Amino acid sequence: MSDDIVKIEVNGVPLEARKGEMLIEVTDRAGIYIPRFCYHHKLSVAANCRMCLVDIEKAPKPMPACATPVADGMKVYTRSRRAIDAQKATMEFLLINHPLDCPICDQGGECELQDLAVGYGRDVSRYTERKRVVKDLNIGPLISTDMTRCIHCTRCVRFGIEIQGIQQLGTIGRGERTVISTYVERAVEHELSGNIIDLCPVGALNNKPYRYSARPWEMSSKPLVAAHDAVGSNIYAHVLRGRVKRVVPKRNDSINETWISDRDRFSCYGLYADDRLEKPMVKIDQQWTEATWQEALELAARELVKTLDGEGEALGVLVSPNATLEEMFLLRRIADRLGSRNIDHRLRRRDFRDQNADPVFPWLGCSIEGLERRDAILVVGSNLRMEAPLIAHRVRNAALDGAAVTFVNPAAYTYHFEHEYVDAPVERMVHALGALVVAAARETQKQVPAVAAKLASEIAASDAHTSAVRRLIGKERALILLGHLAQRHPQFAEIRALAAALAALTGAEIGYIAEGANGAGAAISGVLPHRGPGGAAGGEPGLDVQGMINSPRRAYIVFGIEPREDIANGERAEQALKSADTVITFSSYVTDELLGCSTVLLPIAAFAETPGTFVNGEGRWQSFDAAANPVGDARPGWRVLRVLANLLGVEDAEYRSAEEVLDGVRRAVGETRPDNSYSGQIEAEGDAVQVSLDELDVPIYSVDAVVRRSEPLQRTVFARGAKGDDDARAEIRVQSAG
Amino acid sequence: MYPVKTFLMTELLAGLRLTLKHFFTRKATVLYPEEKTPKSPRFRGLHALRRYPNGQERCIACKLCEAVCPAQAITIESGVGPDGTRRTTRYDIDLFKCIYCGFCEEACPVDAIVETRIHEFHMERRGENIMTKDKLLAVGDKYEAMIAADKAADAPYR
Repeated sequence: MSDDIVKIEVNGVPLEARKGEMLIEVTDRAGIYIPRFCYHHKLSVAANCRMCLVDIEKAPKPMPACATPVADGMKVYTRSRRAIDAQKATMEFLLINHPLDCPICDQGGECELQDLAVGYGRDVSRYTERKRVVKDLNIGPLISTDMTRCIHCTRCVRFGIEIQGIQQLGTIGRGERTVISTYVERAVEHELSGNIIDLCPVGALNNKPYRYSARPWEMSSKPLVAAHDAVGSNIYAHVLRGRVKRVVPKRNDSINETWISDRDRFSCYGLYADDRLEKPMVKIDQQWTEATWQEALELAARELVKTLDGEGEALGVLVSPNATLEEMFLLRRIADRLGSRNIDHRLRRRDFRDQNADPVFPWLGCSIEGLERRDAILVVGSNLRMEAPLIAHRVRNAALDGAAVTFVNPAAYTYHFEHEYVDAPVERMVHALGALVVAAARETQKQVPAVAAKLASEIAASDAHTSAVRRLIGKERALILLGHLAQRHPQFAEIRALAAALAALTGAEIGYIAEGANGAGAAISGVLPHRGPGGAAGGEPGLDVQGMINSPRRAYIVFGIEPREDIANGERAEQALKSADTVITFSSYVTDELLGCSTVLLPIAAFAETPGTFVNGEGRWQSFDAAANPVGDARPGWRVLRVLANLLGVEDAEYRSAEEVLDGVRRAVGETRPDNSYSGQIEAEGDAVQVSLDELDVPIYSVDAVVRRSEPLQRTVFARGAKGDDDARAEIRVQSAG
Repeated sequence: MYPVKTFLMTELLAGLRLTLKHFFTRKATVLYPEEKTPKSPRFRGLHALRRYPNGQERCIACKLCEAVCPAQAITIESGVGPDGTRRTTRYDIDLFKCIYCGFCEEACPVDAIVETRIHEFHMERRGENIMTKDKLLAVGDKYEAMIAADKAADAPYR
């Protein structure tokens, strides 16, 4: 190890560095600032901006710190006359063609060029010739362009090649005529494309929905956790006068690195949709009227008690997997108090036969960072890039590192790395997995585990199956990931039994991609009909979501859900709610559908407006505070639930803050250890598969109420394609081919 | 000496002489509002938003005046204008908060917000202290000739 350490001296300060490291990495670690534009710690080194030139003893010329490897005994001066002169000269060249439009530029105030121009720029320009003007590109509804401002750092180009895996932006032309351009004249369509906004050191690429609406210095930056997938990306909400203006990533190397998905970045523009529910509403004699909180909650409590009349099982509680842990826990306590075990969050799941074999919470199987260290990953039933974009990014990194990635999917979704694909149409998914198990048993010369033996009998494995299995066998850290398509499949029990058999045969581990931002938290806090907080079993299991729909209840509590869109068999769910006597709906939005099937509508704060806790797919508890003000009279869900709990006589529910509720959750849950080991069995045969892929696969920008209302996201090619726009579909296909 | 001074009334006469002198000199007072004292072109009175000669608003919603205002009297909301440019959707100055320091005028990169020589204004109702964008533009339109002349007069010293 000591051989790898070299000693260098920067500005007279002795520093230690690993051999082969670039100078700028060492100085960054030591807190010595070197100006830069093109260098980014997550991207490759381009060394084309020349801003990081430093003075190195015995070197004939100033050297770029981002592309100069350290050498033993190197003496570096970052603030010497020669270094500063070089940096000033670079700055003068960069500013030659940069327009003087800082007052109207959205980057103004947070611009790297602006900041460094203060330190290194001349006050008067010596340049009298014409300035360069570049035509702007229209690259879709998310990113605005002002290409004249570009300084050709190529961070966006490298992001495309290295992180997205597709080159959507590139440089064309040479010298002064260099321009950044989309190679194909079409939108930058990738689920991570918004990150080039943060990467761009100047105002050439900017946030389009946010365009011109605020200034960086007037907004306050509030840390939050993204609320749309099981990654739990760390973000900052930038808030002006109580309203979220934009979302930017917060660096957390073990979760989202410095990236966030477009869904997390642009969903906030759905918060202020026209149909926000601003006041509590009650239905009296088939007429909707606005009510005060006091009236509405008292009516809700009274109606619930009256309708149930002591029969707890007549109540069904449907909870969004995007609710916070605190809200879920309070809902569970209310259901307990009313004597109901019919509480569930698995809205899009169809098969509950094998629910006792569910893990304590749907765990990813390893940490998110740990995905990159897997040497084989088999993804079963997952449109991975759309379900959890940053998990797909980690899987891609693993693949680039040499991991064998295989997809067993109903459709050949596009991935920009080397992978194998096993075709598993929705109705033959069990068959395809059975073939994999057969192939694995043959290859390893082991017995098929008992639970899968019947399922995998009489299935012949093809070459594709054998090849896919060989990629798993003999790997030390193999992982089988069960995605949303698998979990929503009507034969999930069989799929899981076969996946577990495959894992047992090949020595792989099982991982789940939880649905929603808090699917793991829902399982932990006991929003399940067959388990209590912390996974405690006991008692007769209540009805799951499909059970509550198929045998309608007299009363429902609906939390953060739009039934038709969010529940499998949504139309039937809507009918069930309509036929009930009492439906207490907690929602941030009001729609005709909700007006039609509710009796009391309570406005709750949406994402970013409520404090809370999310548990992400790797089991990490992340608490956050409210960032923005709730719209209208809306209140954070936990407050509303607390008052309702008090009115219904739930004991010890005098919580004064979300933290106190969280303490309550902690006490009730105790220690939960993630454990995905499988010990299920299949008793009854599943129904014939009667769903299409379109029903299983929820489009990326339709997953929840906030995202569905984000206008910029709905104008993306992905969303338009999902809505049946043929032009958009063609666009996606052309890109996939290229 | 004191009795002598008193007897001859020299001090009284000196006082009367001064009075008499001022009786015949020019008066310093002006008959406001018929008469007014001259004002500097740099006078900082009522605010105005200016337009370019072609009628386009000057203000580009850079919010530098809002940032520099020590009394936080300015509130701006911005957005994409009908022609795709950066424009204010709201520009309010609270005249009760304003301390007439002129920093907004100094900060403005396009000479949009100015403080005119007008200082004779009043409010009768609550809320009239807020100068909205429309009111500010109306002031600018009405007094553009005066504002332009003041700017020109001050230009050599900048």
